[in-house]
Amino acid sequence: MKAVQHWWLQRLTSVALVPLTVWFVVSVLSLPSLDRPTVITWMSGTWTALLLIAFVVVGAWHSRLGIQVIIEDYVHGAGNKALALALSAFVHIAVAAVGAFAVLRIALGGAA
Amino acid sequence: MHERPLSPHLSVYRMYRYTLLTSFANRMAGVAISVGFVLLAYWLIALAGGAHAYAQASALLATAAMKIVLALVLMATVYHLLAGIRHLVWDTGHGLERAQSQRSAWLIVGLSIVLVLLLGWWILGSRSHP
Repeated sequence: MKAVQHWWLQRLTSVALVPLTVWFVVSVLSLPSLDRPTVITWMSGTWTALLLIAFVVVGAWHSRLGIQVIIEDYVHGAGNKALALALSAFVHIAVAAVGAFAVLRIALGGAA
Repeated sequence: MHERPLSPHLSVYRMYRYTLLTSFANRMAGVAISVGFVLLAYWLIALAGGAHAYAQASALLATAAMKIVLALVLMATVYHLLAGIRHLVWDTGHGLERAQSQRSAWLIVGLSIVLVLLLGWWILGSRSHP
């Protein structure tokens, strides 16, 4: 990834994450309880599901960009660096995919 | 990786303690939130997995050790959000003078403490009146 592209994506995801994070924290803390039916009812709302998927995907993306910089700064040796970057990419893609799939399954009523 | 430009070596700059601390804290907070996203994905997949899976995940996340982790992730989120906004303001070219950046360093630390206390009060208060 080119450095300029990395810089832009880091900023774009930051800007998106400011409202998404505030929304997520306030929404979850506003839930009357964290019982499964309560959370599922909340998550089945179209906007809730869409915003939650956006939060998980954009958050994982921003996290991958940030962890990449840390790996580049602290992990030495080309082999170790490549391995750490690959592992980070794998974990972040897994987090985004699992999170988005889970929310879709719940929102589409497949998790009764 | 090779074509990425490197920053000038850190020793070129005169670094101030607050700059090092706020910057390092922002990185560490980011790492903590990354862990938080793994936990969020776990919580979501357990929720989608059914009542039994969710009960297991809830029990795990309610242990004392996990409560500490979740509290740290929440604190990290507050700090990283404010420090991130400070970075976005810098990107517009504002607040870069030393006196201004020193002031905004104190501002984000102070606001973080206030917000964490408010969130803690909210969480503990809402649990005592279910």
